Amino acid sequence: MATDIIIHDENDNVGVVVIEKITSKQDCSCWVMENDKTVGIQSADEIPLGHKIAMVDLNEGDTIIKYGHDIGKVVKSIKKGEHVHVHNVKTKKW
Amino acid sequence: MEIPKSFLGFKRENGRAGTRNHVIILPVDDISNACAEAVSNNIKGTIALPHSYGRLQFGADLELHFRTMIGTAKNPNVAAAIVIGIEPKWTKRIVDEVAKTGKPVEGFSIEGAGDIETIMKASKKAQEFSIWASEKQREECPISDLWISVKCGESDTTSGLASNPTVGNLMDKLEPLGVHLCFGETSELTGAETVCEKRGKTPEAQEKFKKTWNDYNDFILKEATDDLSESQPTAGNIAGGLTTIEEKAFGNFQKIGSRQFIDVLTPAEEPEKGPGLYFMDTSSAAAECVTLQAAGGFNIHLFPTGQGNIIGNPIEPVIKLTANPLTAVNMSEHIDCDVSKILSREMNLSEAGDELIKTTLRVANGRLTCAEALGHREFVMTKLYRSA
Repeated sequence: MATDIIIHDENDNVGVVVIEKITSKQDCSCWVMENDKTVGIQSADEIPLGHKIAMVDLNEGDTIIKYGHDIGKVVKSIKKGEHVHVHNVKTKKW
Repeated sequence: MEIPKSFLGFKRENGRAGTRNHVIILPVDDISNACAEAVSNNIKGTIALPHSYGRLQFGADLELHFRTMIGTAKNPNVAAAIVIGIEPKWTKRIVDEVAKTGKPVEGFSIEGAGDIETIMKASKKAQEFSIWASEKQREECPISDLWISVKCGESDTTSGLASNPTVGNLMDKLEPLGVHLCFGETSELTGAETVCEKRGKTPEAQEKFKKTWNDYNDFILKEATDDLSESQPTAGNIAGGLTTIEEKAFGNFQKIGSRQFIDVLTPAEEPEKGPGLYFMDTSSAAAECVTLQAAGGFNIHLFPTGQGNIIGNPIEPVIKLTANPLTAVNMSEHIDCDVSKILSREMNLSEAGDELIKTTLRVANGRLTCAEALGHREFVMTKLYRSA
């Protein structure tokens, strides 16, 4: 099955869309690079190439993990399958 | 893939090897640009390197200016250099340092003579250098003569996922063969700075990195009116799906693979600890960064891009790679190596690394990069603070 989403590390809570876009309610195939496993997820939003999808439900204040590292905080709760970007995640640097 | 052990380069008097054979006309200062450009118009086979600074600078900023000028002319991709400045003293300072490499170099100053007489004298010498350099032949050089610098730009999530790790894969394969490697971008390691610090091979290297990053961060906190969120990530980064500077930093950091850096260089400083990976304190602006790395002596550059940065450099060939399938198609005239098949899993990272090694060697052997063919010659001085 073609890969729609790539996840770097097993513990990452977001994946990256690698096809031109995924539509809402699309059943997607996700490749976890670290362990070469494939998992599935249904999207809740339309998400373009290169943008992130939440792999789990996330609450305000939660940490986004990508590359196995902290890349910022959730500022507006996010449901599994939703688009993760500047509207709901901010840096912890400032 | 068995990695070739050699490439065809230009052997220089000081034992280094070039991937290019440029005769440069280097203005010491902004007001000498016109003269330098006139000489390069007169004499075929030469290239002028106009820039914006070089007057009334002082202290560390002036030292950096000289280091960049001298390092650029010393770079093994330069066969010979004509240096033109308004005053004889600063011109001579550059010429004397470049002459230590053994390559042909001659300085001219404009004050008291005027542009036209200077152009005539410098053109005669430039013609001599150009004809002399044209007889230089490429010879077999060990792959360890490659000094490879890296910097990414217009990054998006495909950079961190695939094109930056491709560069990392190349580093992992080529470092054992004795090449010099260099990454920079102090500001764009923000968010990954503590993880990066631990990649220092020695406590000294780690400490130097920590101090370099802290100095940068203190400066940002002092000068910034609010924060960097308007410029880091950039609008292009955000359009490409990058959300925070931390995410950008960890993506950026994939470029060094699993390597450790052996030393931290000041901007435009030449490495002196032998083969291996170096971190250079640079801006993350593409042209400034590559200009500094070229001045540090690096002779071939790898530039992963996501949304499509178009930068080139006058003396150091800049190889672009992308994993973004849209960029690979829509901006194909800028892309030397397309690794977008990683995203569709038609190519693994090791295969992509091999492709990049092949492209790197072809360019080292003389194949023009897309940026060279398009005439990109961005030569941009880094300025530390205002002039006196």
